Amino acid sequence: MSYQALHGETVPFRGHNDYQSEAYLARPLTPGRVPGVVVIHHMPGWDEWITEVARKFAHHGYAAMAPNLFVRHGPGDPDDVAARARPAGGAYDAEVMGDVAACMAHLRALPNANGKIGVIGFCSGGRHTYLAACTLPGIDAAVDCWGGRVIVDDPKEFSPQRAVAPIQFTSQLACPLLGIFGNDDKNPSPDQVNRTEQELQRHGKNYAFHRYDGAGHSFFDYGRPAFRPEQAADAWQKVFAFFNKYLIAAAAEQSAAA
Amino acid sequence: MCSYIVEKAALSGSAKGRGWMKIDTAHVYYDHPFHAPLDHALGIDFINAANGGRERVAIEISAESARELVRAILSALESGEQEHTAAQAASPTIAVAG
Repeated sequence: MSYQALHGETVPFRGHNDYQSEAYLARPLTPGRVPGVVVIHHMPGWDEWITEVARKFAHHGYAAMAPNLFVRHGPGDPDDVAARARPAGGAYDAEVMGDVAACMAHLRALPNANGKIGVIGFCSGGRHTYLAACTLPGIDAAVDCWGGRVIVDDPKEFSPQRAVAPIQFTSQLACPLLGIFGNDDKNPSPDQVNRTEQELQRHGKNYAFHRYDGAGHSFFDYGRPAFRPEQAADAWQKVFAFFNKYLIAAAAEQSAAA
Repeated sequence: MCSYIVEKAALSGSAKGRGWMKIDTAHVYYDHPFHAPLDHALGIDFINAANGGRERVAIEISAESARELVRAILSALESGEQEHTAAQAASPTIAVAG
């Protein structure tokens, strides 16, 4: 095996409205230029699992930055902060989009950045990813992992924090999109996934959806009964093949052509 | 799924985590837990909202456990209140001469 090294640490950055925020940044220490990936956490918050995901990307040759989207709910252990964010309704879409855009800029400014940026999110972070891919400029590839409420069927699910259904912005999607879903999931349901796909087709977007039988919500999460090792292993392979194509191979082709 | 649905209960009492603290509110929800190895858990955060709610005493338990806990709470209240009511009735009263 070739030499491996990575570095992971909490870094400060200026987020939405110049808010003093924080993120976990994991990056390879091996030579060469690398793409950046913004990793958007799920409702349980900026937890250990999301830092592990960031390190997984670093292991595979990406600089991965996972912002603490609940930072505005004060200091403390991530679970305590998430416990304060929950009754407050979570993070506002505008805050999340601003923080993600700031992370993208941070990743682009790394000395060994190759200029390509991906975004991936899980659960509520999957919804944020879909919204970012449709509304933020400069994303080269996006991965929505079981993002719920991309389609909102019940108006009661709207809130001041999540006042829009990201599906309405599909015509603006400006990057390739990968979707990972479990067919036993209820949010998003298979029907909602199908309707999202129809909307992507209607607008002629570059996308690929992978649906897994025998898997439900959060089937990557090895700490829960929902974990499905075979489906998760296959889906991770698809994630890395997708990012490799659009973030690594595409950058190499552009460098060769220059 | 990630929900933000939280039931709030007004309380009067204390809870002990790192140390004792006064509590006035319970946030109750059923969603992904942080620590318990469950897909969904009933979570209760006991906080002192009047004091900013920064500290909490928390539990994450299975739905079945939550229902058992509710049953045990109601049972303990019923039997305990009966005991204390009976004890009060049996205790000698002091007659005060007029």
